[in-house]
Amino acid sequence: MRYAETGYNLEVDLSRGNIEKVETDRRLTELHLGGNGTAAKIIWDRVPPEVEAFSPDNLLIFSAGLLVGTPVPGCNRTMVDTISPQTNFFSHSIFGGYFGPELKHAGYDKIVIRGKAPDLVYLWINNDKVEIRDASHLKGKGAQETAAIIKEELKDPRIQVAAIGLAGENRLFMASIEHVNASAARGVGSVMGDKRLKAIAVRGTKDLQVANPEELFKLCLKHSQDMHASPFVGDLMAIEWNDAFHHDNFAWGNARVRRKGFWTQEIEDRWKEYTLKIRDRLQGCYNCPKNCHLVVKPPGRQRYILKCFGKGTWHMAAFKEIDFTFDILALSQEYGVDSYAAPQVIAFAIELYEAGILTDKDLPDFPSDSGDRFYYLLEKLVRREGIGDVLANGVYRAARQIGKGAEEYDHNTIKKFEQVPIKLGRVNYPYYLMYCTSDKMAINQTEGSYPQDPIADPVERQKFVDEWIAAPERFKRYFMEWEPRTNPSVEASINICDWNETMHYVDDATGLCAFCSSFRGQFGGGTAYHIYNIPAFINLAAGMNIDADDLWQIARRNRNLVRAINVSRGLRRADEKPPEDHWKIREPEKEKELLDEYYKFKGWTQDGIPSKATLDKLGLGYVAEEFIRRGILTGNEDNLYTETPCYSDEKQKENMQFSALRKSSEFTLTEYLKKNK
Amino acid sequence: MGKLVKKIVRSINVDLDKCNGCRACEIACAAYHAKPRYSSFNPNRARIRMVIDAQNDEWVAVRSTNYTKAECDGRRTYTINGKKYSECSFCGMICPSRDLFKEPDSGLPLKCDMCEGEKEPLCVQICSRNALTYEEREVEVEADEQVKPDEMELGLQSLIDKYGMQKLSDAFARMSQKG
Ligand code: SF4
Ligand code: SF4
Ligand code: SF4
Repeated sequence: MRYAETGYNLEVDLSRGNIEKVETDRRLTELHLGGNGTAAKIIWDRVPPEVEAFSPDNLLIFSAGLLVGTPVPGCNRTMVDTISPQTNFFSHSIFGGYFGPELKHAGYDKIVIRGKAPDLVYLWINNDKVEIRDASHLKGKGAQETAAIIKEELKDPRIQVAAIGLAGENRLFMASIEHVNASAARGVGSVMGDKRLKAIAVRGTKDLQVANPEELFKLCLKHSQDMHASPFVGDLMAIEWNDAFHHDNFAWGNARVRRKGFWTQEIEDRWKEYTLKIRDRLQGCYNCPKNCHLVVKPPGRQRYILKCFGKGTWHMAAFKEIDFTFDILALSQEYGVDSYAAPQVIAFAIELYEAGILTDKDLPDFPSDSGDRFYYLLEKLVRREGIGDVLANGVYRAARQIGKGAEEYDHNTIKKFEQVPIKLGRVNYPYYLMYCTSDKMAINQTEGSYPQDPIADPVERQKFVDEWIAAPERFKRYFMEWEPRTNPSVEASINICDWNETMHYVDDATGLCAFCSSFRGQFGGGTAYHIYNIPAFINLAAGMNIDADDLWQIARRNRNLVRAINVSRGLRRADEKPPEDHWKIREPEKEKELLDEYYKFKGWTQDGIPSKATLDKLGLGYVAEEFIRRGILTGNEDNLYTETPCYSDEKQKENMQFSALRKSSEFTLTEYLKKNK
Repeated sequence: MGKLVKKIVRSINVDLDKCNGCRACEIACAAYHAKPRYSSFNPNRARIRMVIDAQNDEWVAVRSTNYTKAECDGRRTYTINGKKYSECSFCGMICPSRDLFKEPDSGLPLKCDMCEGEKEPLCVQICSRNALTYEEREVEVEADEQVKPDEMELGLQSLIDKYGMQKLSDAFARMSQKG
């Protein structure tokens, strides 16, 4: 009997038009849980390093996390994994909404797609009936428009659709996959477009078994009510009006200008009024009591649902205001472009124009207003028209294709990937490590459990630590020692980076939303899911018997497997650098020490390669063998990772089986950031 | 005039503006009515369903009311705050025109029983956003001798409608002989 998971993957070969339902190995669940963990295993086994992103042999894998479809609240994520055309590394993406639960009820944990369809198609999964259908009538259609047409033609409004827009069809490196209120970012839409797969439509009406239904349901009912009441869960930036945090601290334009003092009461009032005018409601994902999404209908545009920091990226890149963002998002989400990379590549092009590197020949009739320029370039981009064809390859490649000094303007990428636009003063040690070493390419997929800032007042600091259920004891010590305007020690920094990334790997295997879990510890420390209570949910749902240490070990295994995929594709220490001028004041010696010590701690070589000892201990001996065969390892590397037990005298296992949410009635992000930033 | 008796009326009020579209009500209802209890979390087994059309900002929780073998003309539309709704979006009838409120395998009707025996219906308990709220009122009504059909009878009725009384009683007789 399989619990929480269906035990089946759907294997689709678009070249041959072949569809198979394949039973999966339960032992892999024990080793990797599911989600991006088991997806990484499939990529390791079946996509050798020679295979490029746009090869028919590349796989595009949709995975509903292990606990998705069970009553665990806020657990609804679908992970999309493939090899990225931008980085040539493992590409990791996630989206929420309703797709994953529907897939589980249709009887599948994953959809594994290989090959390329001869013409544009969509996949229709109706429980056991699966068809590849012609999509020629959907060519060039917007993502939600596509979803609506599919629901109409299949005559069922309960179908869940994930689709690409024009951007995906034209293989933009920043193309997303869009679903009702969520999107899979970081370029996975380009691979879907390359496979000529316009959309996946799913309808599932089957049951899903869990090991201990009654206990699980009762626990989840209570947890859901607690989550609703907790200000430490969800995306507070969606519901609070003050956003000085991003606007005063993040960089505008092509990640250039910091506009300290931009945020004023006048802006706040005006933006609030406008938002309320066009906002229909706040909205959530499947089985989650929070309301992180804005349903909006800007004048003259169709209604759509906005999420995350897409609310700020567009107008900040264009030096505009919130109305600009609401308006352009109505276009960009239908085209299916990422709200991080796309605004940046456009802002980059505008800088090149102003510097005379791009000219009127490249940009005929280029408007003078920065907002108009955005619309102009967005259209060029999604059609790969003229200069758009170059920009569609992302800032890093476009800079090199354009030449004439354009490379100088590519200053905010890591591993060829656009980063969140932030420019700060002095190097921050934990962040240095997260930027350098993350295999997820994005800081928001890496940070999140440990607070971004210390608490100045010793009394409040102590209180914070006393109530900090989510943290293994060592972090309380680090936090108590952390004074404002200082960096944590090297030891603390390594552990912070390790904890932060570990929790994301837990979420991306289980399907928990980061806003309930790995991302929300950093603001107030009271996240709904943490290393101590997640095992209880897994055990009740999946019939496993794991504790916090076991869970950490699984996340470590998944982390190392993803790293191994990238190492086999050439990732080395030389690639592990923060964005060029991310920090004005750098500390090269300290940075070297940080990286040296982090690699040692992780059980990797000084080149960032997991050692044989580490791989063997994690049950990834097959990776070590392959590395030796390929000459990546010699086999003598015996540097084992450092064990970091989750339990201690203060945190005994018996008392940590299920720990409730931290309570607070008055926490707001606005106040918290004002006090601690 | 019949005799007046006191009766508790239990009702669920729906505030559409508060709904976040999470569909937890569906999950909780399905779980509570699964046999054994909580053994399924399949929204398709729920007696409350979310009618969702995101592009129209339509998020309506509908509880199933009664079984009917005939569909109505269902042609009316309502416009509220500039958004157009079909009358089906608010209707709780278990009717042949849609696959709502029917067991996915058997097609038998699923009728809301207000979670008889619970202090508060499960869909209300899980709806922390208070889109669903529960109300109990004591009213005086004329004594009503008529017994409302229970779930089994509803199921039987739907089978009769589907196959006809004759076929069903033949099958029933055959099965009772086999024991
Ligand atoms: S916390 Fe927000 S983003 Fe996460 S599942 Fe809930 S509604 Fe969705
Ligand atoms: S549980 Fe409440 S908020 Fe969620 S969908 Fe149902 S009615 Fe709406
Ligand atoms: S009252 Fe009970 S039976 Fe009726 S819809 Fe709600 S949970 Fe289902």
